[in-house]
Amino acid sequence: MRHLIGIEDLSVAEIEQLIATAEDIMANPAKYSAVASGKKLATLFYEPSTRTRLSFEAAMMELGGGVLGFSEAQSSSAAKGESVADTAKVISCFADIMVMRHFKEGAPMVAAMNASVPVINAGDGGHNHPTQTLTDLLTIKCEKGRLSDLTVGLCGDLKFGRTVHSLITALSRYTGIRFVLISPKELTLPDYIKSEVLDRKGIEYVETASLEDSLPELDILYMTRVQRERFFNEQDYIRLKDSYILTLDKLDLAKPDLCIMHPLPRVNEIAVGVDKDSRACYFKQVLYGKYIRMALIKMLLEEADK
Amino acid sequence: MNVDEIKNGVVIDHIRPGGAMAIYHFLGLDKLDCTVAIIKNAQSRRMGKKDIIKVDTDIELELSVLGYIDHNLTVNVIKDGVKVRKYHPELPLEIVDIVKCKNPRCITSTEQELPHVFKLTDRENSVYRCIYCESKAKK
Repeated sequence: MRHLIGIEDLSVAEIEQLIATAEDIMANPAKYSAVASGKKLATLFYEPSTRTRLSFEAAMMELGGGVLGFSEAQSSSAAKGESVADTAKVISCFADIMVMRHFKEGAPMVAAMNASVPVINAGDGGHNHPTQTLTDLLTIKCEKGRLSDLTVGLCGDLKFGRTVHSLITALSRYTGIRFVLISPKELTLPDYIKSEVLDRKGIEYVETASLEDSLPELDILYMTRVQRERFFNEQDYIRLKDSYILTLDKLDLAKPDLCIMHPLPRVNEIAVGVDKDSRACYFKQVLYGKYIRMALIKMLLEEADK
Repeated sequence: MNVDEIKNGVVIDHIRPGGAMAIYHFLGLDKLDCTVAIIKNAQSRRMGKKDIIKVDTDIELELSVLGYIDHNLTVNVIKDGVKVRKYHPELPLEIVDIVKCKNPRCITSTEQELPHVFKLTDRENSVYRCIYCESKAKK
């Protein structure tokens, strides 16, 4: 059974195929309106999420399928102490494919080991969030026309930011990628990603604390939120949460074709005034997310039927 | 200091100094009722100092454990007072329930029945990572 737990579960060729399918869905939505007819998607969200859950639900509905599930742990059997493994076995009896978000790292992998239908990881703690990465890749492809030869700035919480870790892993498989890692020293990229991904693949990167100094050279600026839920200590969160705020003034320093991305939700790290700038791509990114999830659901359902 | 030679058993040699007790516990040698000698800080031409463990009974060693703890050590199998086999354990590709994941955010921290599985991700630096959360194994 094929699952998607981490972005590395997909080959570059498969990612390109998914992107091509997503682009075709955007161009010809009617062609795909019944590909999941009679199928059900279960959304198992143990942690609150608006965007990801609704994106998956919208994706399944636009493919002609049905949706069932829960949106918080308290309304599931987990509140009674059911294990993830047992939940996965039970849900496999009701649904054709399942999507899981869990606050514990590795929970979707445990689900995949026990499910008899495809499992998609929709975020496991600070670990992986592969469909956000697919969303980011589709956004970059659509906005820049390529996934290679780019200088990519990643700004904010690079320590706990799972979207950043997955995006680095995914982009490091393409040629000519250079990363500018912009963060306060307390939230720098974990060493193991530097040593086991960037250094191992010979990817060029610089670490800096200054957003302003980095802006002129960037093709992509990926802003992230400092996430309250990742801190054990509230004081650390309060001290670091306003480290970077992107404003229109600062954008004067940037290239005219910069692509500004953000996995959302934002708090204040991108000023609302930036939304009207043509370089702001983060709301388009949400829409791309639905299309790439449609392509993914289609692919996994087809593989499960084989 | 003299420690008697063994007739039938295993000598684990070239253990890095101070490493013998960890191996003793990981292999469960405390549960044996035969003679087990732990020699610490013995002189070694190759290493300067080394630890040695001698087990005076014919036992099958858990090689994945040994390879994980210290793949530079040497295992000598003794039969009738003669060394019949000598080998170095290899780094295992996977270890199961040998070390526990210490990441409080890992699913294994709440679901107790899950096996603690670590995979070798960096052979050069002997790095093992939890298959669930990718945290580094701590020896």
